[in-house]
Amino acid sequence: MALDSNVPAGPLDKKWSQYKFDLKLVNPSNKRKFDIIVVGSGLAGGSAAATLAELGYNVACFCYQDSPRRAHSIAAQGGINAAKNYQNDGDSVHRLFYDTIKGGDFRSREANVHRLAEVSVNIIDQAVAQGVPFAREYGGVLATRSFGGAQVSRTFYAQGQTGQQLLLGVYAQLSKMIAAGKVTMFPRTELLDVVTVDGRAAGIVTRSLESGKIERWAGHAVLLATGGYTNVFCLSTNAKGCNVTASYRAYKKGAFFANPCYTQIHPTCIPQSGDYQSKLTLMSESLRNDGRVWVPKKKEDCGKRPRDVAEKDRDYYLERKYPSFGNLAPRDIASRSAKEVCDDGRGVGPGGRGVYLDFRDAIKRVGKDEIAGRYGNLFDMYAKITNEDPYSAPMRIYPAPHYAMGGLWVDYNLMSTIPGLFVLGEANFSDHGANRLGASALMQGLGDGYFVIPYTLGDYLVRAKPEKVSTDHPAFADSEKEVRAKVDKLLAVDGKRTPDDFHRQLGHVMWEKCGMARNEASLKEALVEIPKIREEFWSNVRVLGSEANYNVSLEKAGRVADFLEFAEVLVTDALDRDESCGGHFREEHQTDEGEAVRDDENYCYAAAWEFQGVGEAPKLNKEPLVFENVKLATRSYK
Amino acid sequence: MKLTLHIWRQKDRKSPGKMHKYQVTDVSEHASFLEMLDVLNEQLIEKGEEPVAFDHDCREGICGMCSLTIDGVPHGPDRGTTVCQLHMRHFRDGQTVYIEPFRAGSFPVVRDLVVDRSAFDRIIQAGGFISANTGAAPDANTLPISKGQADLAFDAAACIGCGACVAACPNASAMLFTAAKVAHMAALPQGQPERYRRVKAMVDAMDENGFGNCTNHYECVAVCPKGIPEDFIAQMNREYARASITKR
Repeated sequence: MALDSNVPAGPLDKKWSQYKFDLKLVNPSNKRKFDIIVVGSGLAGGSAAATLAELGYNVACFCYQDSPRRAHSIAAQGGINAAKNYQNDGDSVHRLFYDTIKGGDFRSREANVHRLAEVSVNIIDQAVAQGVPFAREYGGVLATRSFGGAQVSRTFYAQGQTGQQLLLGVYAQLSKMIAAGKVTMFPRTELLDVVTVDGRAAGIVTRSLESGKIERWAGHAVLLATGGYTNVFCLSTNAKGCNVTASYRAYKKGAFFANPCYTQIHPTCIPQSGDYQSKLTLMSESLRNDGRVWVPKKKEDCGKRPRDVAEKDRDYYLERKYPSFGNLAPRDIASRSAKEVCDDGRGVGPGGRGVYLDFRDAIKRVGKDEIAGRYGNLFDMYAKITNEDPYSAPMRIYPAPHYAMGGLWVDYNLMSTIPGLFVLGEANFSDHGANRLGASALMQGLGDGYFVIPYTLGDYLVRAKPEKVSTDHPAFADSEKEVRAKVDKLLAVDGKRTPDDFHRQLGHVMWEKCGMARNEASLKEALVEIPKIREEFWSNVRVLGSEANYNVSLEKAGRVADFLEFAEVLVTDALDRDESCGGHFREEHQTDEGEAVRDDENYCYAAAWEFQGVGEAPKLNKEPLVFENVKLATRSYK
Repeated sequence: MKLTLHIWRQKDRKSPGKMHKYQVTDVSEHASFLEMLDVLNEQLIEKGEEPVAFDHDCREGICGMCSLTIDGVPHGPDRGTTVCQLHMRHFRDGQTVYIEPFRAGSFPVVRDLVVDRSAFDRIIQAGGFISANTGAAPDANTLPISKGQADLAFDAAACIGCGACVAACPNASAMLFTAAKVAHMAALPQGQPERYRRVKAMVDAMDENGFGNCTNHYECVAVCPKGIPEDFIAQMNREYARASITKR
């Protein structure tokens, strides 16, 4: 199928403003005639639901948490980028655009990224108007700091809780519209299918997590803002409930899945300490400003206390390999280097999966008080989790899956290949290419929800004139039947292993064979192993209880079942993309120094995968990426 | 570690619940309390018993979803922390631990350790917002806010809405939760136009949803994982008094 990105013509910096004028509008009094379904209540879904309701649409919003205030956007720490140029340091929309394209290793769509940079400035205004308490200077103006991949200071923040504060802003606005009767909120509710009629999104089928009730919902359009899929690795920095189910079920109904192999591995997380571990906790990247990363040179020193390893026996491998960037080497390089030394048998801590991040020299240089002032809360968090004192012994860190750049394919209107099905935020693939820069996820979620979808959705409603289909339509009945059959099937297996056990097994395969570094052989092994796990899952999973009440096992099993299918799509994409770019590192394609080597001639496209059946290889559709405004270059970190 | 657990089991909203006794083995002292429950649940499923339902999500202390009362204390024995950030090293091998849901009339039990905290959402819906429609905002630096005021607003806004304050209060009062939101918005110039309407509506919603009033026990402050101070309650009382004699 030919993929049309629907990017408007005209010069890059005029596209969006001209397009907004060209888009059809829905008369204010007609907006109330449209019912819009929004799935997800994070920054993207919550802001879209609130804004569309303000415009007059009737919105039904669904989330799996007990309250929209708990969506995983809340866990974002660092900040949000915006091209305000409040620092007079040379920032501009074009610079934010360029940094984002380059940070994404030239694998994103120019027009989308430019639009994101344009709306970034409005996001900050909107958040401040809602009362988001951003950090401020003594003079009363907003403070900013700098983040990776940028030479300007454009990151706005609220201590280490920027995501929380932005989400609470969105939640407040959503609450206002719930009180106004324009948004109906359905918490503890999970999407289990997208219903299409005549090729259009006509509604969804959901299951109440509390009562088990399966219900049908019809609307004129469906918006998915259901986040990323990094929990396919089982252990990640994502919340426990994050899942691929909504995106994956949409994919099975005909929405293309783009670039699933673009996953971001964050270099500084607290390592796994045992099999019981349920998630990995991020430690801010800022620690690498003062901490030195090392492992022992000799394997036999790995069991020693770090202070007993002599200076000459330590390998400060980032400083050795990347003398000019040193410990501040970019995320992907730092992550892969840690894996290399651990694979070499020189990792430290339980299982040999960790490296030291040592503040000894920094404390000697500037004093303990100064280090406590800079990183006190992070040191406390580390001590709480590990029961080790990072002031007297080095931290142990290890990379962890963190963010999904890939997602459902969308055009410039954020519409998927199913007309009427829009995808926002981390759930779509559109803006970050092969690697996301820090502080850009919050920007994209809010940009999509506040400033893009309110325009493009109206145009769809006017041009496509979708009719609201009755939930009695056979398509709804079929969908519900399928959903029920799957639930019944999960309960009927009555095997021996728990859903979590299968999730761990899948995660292990994904991490080992399709994690920080991938190669053809490992990916092919994964493609053999994943179907085997899936097969065993359906014959040996144990889900207790009934479908008609709060059943945590059933909930989990359904999500693991989807991960077991989706993982194959991810690996297939990783195998197809025979180049290294951003978060996708194919070992076959690196320079002598271990840097990623892109193949712009053959792989300068977004890979959009089309479902062909479970266990069948999906079909590849390509959207060529055309760069008219930037020159493709090699990123160098030396 | 090995522990004896007494856990509240309740099938659904309507059924009566009671404490059940379980043994859990092979618990690492480095595991979090919720990871210990994960281990228990795996062991229960293997034995053919339904796992214990409990709320949890981010497991890094920010989403506010986890909500256990451990030996009578919401979020357990470690101060200033949510239960997902409480580690088993705070317990002894062989210890007996009692685990209950957050208890309050306004937080009905949904199943086992899961409660319905939608009453908090209704308090926010009553007025815990600044009405600023998307698109209407002036440039963010148009209105300078002193660092002190901004920091004060942040301290109040740090509330994660977990409900421990209500569970700890002998009156099941939601004053700390409500006061934090009132104080956050009263500290900012953007919050002024709706300042008095907001506090009245939120306090009314608090009452309508069955929460009690503050009688200065400050149990809420003792269990708050984010260290929200009682000063905000005093401030809310002043705001409310002022609102009741102000015509806006």
